[in-house]
Amino acid sequence: MNHQQIVRDACQQYGNDPHRMLDILWKVQDELLCIDTQSMEWIAAQTGTYRVEVEGVVTFYAFFSTRPQGKIVIRLCEDIIDRYAGMGEIQKAFEAVLGIATGETTADGLFSLLLTPCIGMCDQVPAALINDTVVTKLTPAKVKSIIRILKKTQDPQQLVKKAGDGKNADPLVHAMVENNIRLSGDVLLCERSTDAGLKKALQLSPQAILDIIAASGLRGRGGAGFPTGTKWQLASSTEADERYIICNADEGEPGTFKDRVLLTEKPDLLFEGMTIAAHAVGSRHGILYLRAEYRYLRNYLEYVLQRRRQSGLLGESFDIRIQMGAGAYICGEESSLISSCEGLRGEPKNRPPFPVQSGYLGYPTVVNNVETFCNVPRILEQGAEWFSSIGTSKSAGTKLLSISGDCKRPGIYEVPMGQSIQQVLDMAGATDPAAVQIGGASGEMVGRSDFGRRLCFEDIATAGAIVVFSEQRNILEIVDYYLHFFIEESCGYCTPCRVGNVFLKKGIEKIINGLAEASDLEYLKDLSKTIIETSRCGLGHTSPNPVLSSMKSFPMVYAAMVKERPDGLQAGFNIQHALDESRIIAKRRSLIYDPNYDK
Amino acid sequence: MAKEKIKITVDGQEIEACVGQSIMDACEAAGIYVPRLCDSDGLVPQGSCRVCSVKLNGRTVAGCTQPVEAGAVIENETAEILKYRQDLVRMLFHEGNHLCPICEASGRCELQAMAYRLGISETGQYPYLQPVRPLDASHPDIALDNNRCILCGRCIRASRDMDHKNVFEYVGRGIHKRIGVNADSLAETDVSLNDYAITRGVCPVGCIIRKGEGFFEPIGERKYDQGPISLATQHPDTRLIPVLQFDPCEDD
Repeated sequence: MNHQQIVRDACQQYGNDPHRMLDILWKVQDELLCIDTQSMEWIAAQTGTYRVEVEGVVTFYAFFSTRPQGKIVIRLCEDIIDRYAGMGEIQKAFEAVLGIATGETTADGLFSLLLTPCIGMCDQVPAALINDTVVTKLTPAKVKSIIRILKKTQDPQQLVKKAGDGKNADPLVHAMVENNIRLSGDVLLCERSTDAGLKKALQLSPQAILDIIAASGLRGRGGAGFPTGTKWQLASSTEADERYIICNADEGEPGTFKDRVLLTEKPDLLFEGMTIAAHAVGSRHGILYLRAEYRYLRNYLEYVLQRRRQSGLLGESFDIRIQMGAGAYICGEESSLISSCEGLRGEPKNRPPFPVQSGYLGYPTVVNNVETFCNVPRILEQGAEWFSSIGTSKSAGTKLLSISGDCKRPGIYEVPMGQSIQQVLDMAGATDPAAVQIGGASGEMVGRSDFGRRLCFEDIATAGAIVVFSEQRNILEIVDYYLHFFIEESCGYCTPCRVGNVFLKKGIEKIINGLAEASDLEYLKDLSKTIIETSRCGLGHTSPNPVLSSMKSFPMVYAAMVKERPDGLQAGFNIQHALDESRIIAKRRSLIYDPNYDK
Repeated sequence: MAKEKIKITVDGQEIEACVGQSIMDACEAAGIYVPRLCDSDGLVPQGSCRVCSVKLNGRTVAGCTQPVEAGAVIENETAEILKYRQDLVRMLFHEGNHLCPICEASGRCELQAMAYRLGISETGQYPYLQPVRPLDASHPDIALDNNRCILCGRCIRASRDMDHKNVFEYVGRGIHKRIGVNADSLAETDVSLNDYAITRGVCPVGCIIRKGEGFFEPIGERKYDQGPISLATQHPDTRLIPVLQFDPCEDD
């Protein structure tokens, strides 16, 4: 089949609908290993868009490539936890055995080697994605056998010798991923009778469901903590022909992996929750936005959806489709996620109007996190009072924590809201924690004096990522990595986030290199303030957090790196370096200051 | 029927606004200038440069996209807002390669004029990123110097909404975001000098260049030699601008 035919078929499979652009691009890339300008032109013609618009979408998402990639794409997770677990050695091993540098493709077109931010496997590092297959707990020795097997079979699934626990062993998943459920609570990870909540909900009026959810005190589990009942009520009361229920399964916050476990073990609970939401809000359409890194779960999730359709739980009155993401942290932000579902660049939308008023294709839309939806059937089943009796007064229910880093028992813990950081660290077997990153890169870095603080909306609200760093770790290195992450993941829409984060990183690099003065710390605080105040969405509102919270929690680390020179000269000033720029621009060298002038 | 009027306060001054109006438009109707770069008359506001940041009841928002609220207290010309605007304009200068003395747009450049208006007259602490961006001089009449692009996206909206051509669009992401053209090069697109998108002043800087007419105004007579950038001077030069947006103040 020729290329044009492949592209045409891909477009036709999705009705030539530009709103299904991501699905079309996935299909084309799967077949042709890239989306080149010729393909973009065909896609544009087929979907009635412009080539440059298609290019805009392709170049927005990290998993799409405009240049031919290897048949097997190795995406090594470069998260800070993977780095501390020896990812650097793994990277070298891959480079050596493949004979290419990172970012390159082998001459035979078989392998590409890339780096990618957190793939949601922080509890089994170092990890990588090989096409859709997850490989965990890598060692340099394993790298050799991995490449040997791949060269022989060209099938990454052959790498899964032993499947993980639970549904990871289901033939439709067949992944080496382990759930690492360390503690099950009373709400989410316990055993329960399937669809009991839905059965109850179907006997109730939509308003009665809305009232129960509001009374339960359930708040969004994605981090922001917006009251779920209020959100649903707003969507329900907006006049419209259609309404949409979208589940945000774009778990991209570095250090978070709880949704991975819910999607693996509790997909029925999730779909049940979405169906109840649809009944309450009056929606016929649901979308599960699944991050590209979890594509290995897709077949299984499709199977569960199909099974629910056959049981009459989904269908005419409400159905759910899976929308694959394509590698963009920003799409975890609800309005960006909607843009992405619409086949656009995953950029945030202007608010107001809010998604509950005008969301997906302009219709009122409820976007909730996986964990939020999973709470819903349990609330219907056991009652609002039961739910609000768990946790604290303002934070009802339990919270799934994804704990990783320097601790003995990394994994998933379901705890009542309001546990102290110290309690959580003790559970996870963190014996010498010096710093804990609460809520991932966008969260807060706390030191020992804050370990008494509590994980709930009243104190430290978090989507659940708890990353433990021992005394061996370098605070500035961690901050530097998180800024690297934000630079890579900023959508670039607004000036402060696009440019400001680059400046922040350069400022931190200056400190790391011992070139900073005391005034540089003030400069970083000042710059952070501008970024936080003027950015357009949550990414820029939180990206300076690693800098600000580490400065607050670890002032001595910064103080030790910032020294005034005894001669009063600026520490950051280097005459050779200062001249370099002029030398490059002028294409001349300095006779006086260039020691190698004659060479 | 006239639209519902509400009252808001801008820097202590009470003004009238229409329900649904943006803060910027409400200010403008009252003769109050809100500095901006990515917004331009007749184009759909997008709120990306953030230079129009104002405080709305204590919260920083983009004036061009944020609707007014009854009784809103707006801060436009405060020291804090000025500081943010200076920072944002500096960021744009440092992100690209803006060498005013050799730039054809000098004197009529909105970025340069905005810097002067905001009192930026010397370099600050930000590092220069000095990107190396490709030049597209393939077209016989028009050249693109992306080094001077500030990603305001006015050309994108002008081409899409006014010319119905979609010559330009954002490509890439984050700090690698840039303006792409709808072909391998500008020469292969259907862009023309008659396009609104190419009208002088749609591009606020010296990125879109009309060939053969560089440095057409003598120093002293250039747009912003006459006075600082303001409500009266910040608009494209040569045509009557069709207003695309829905005007909430207009009678039905």
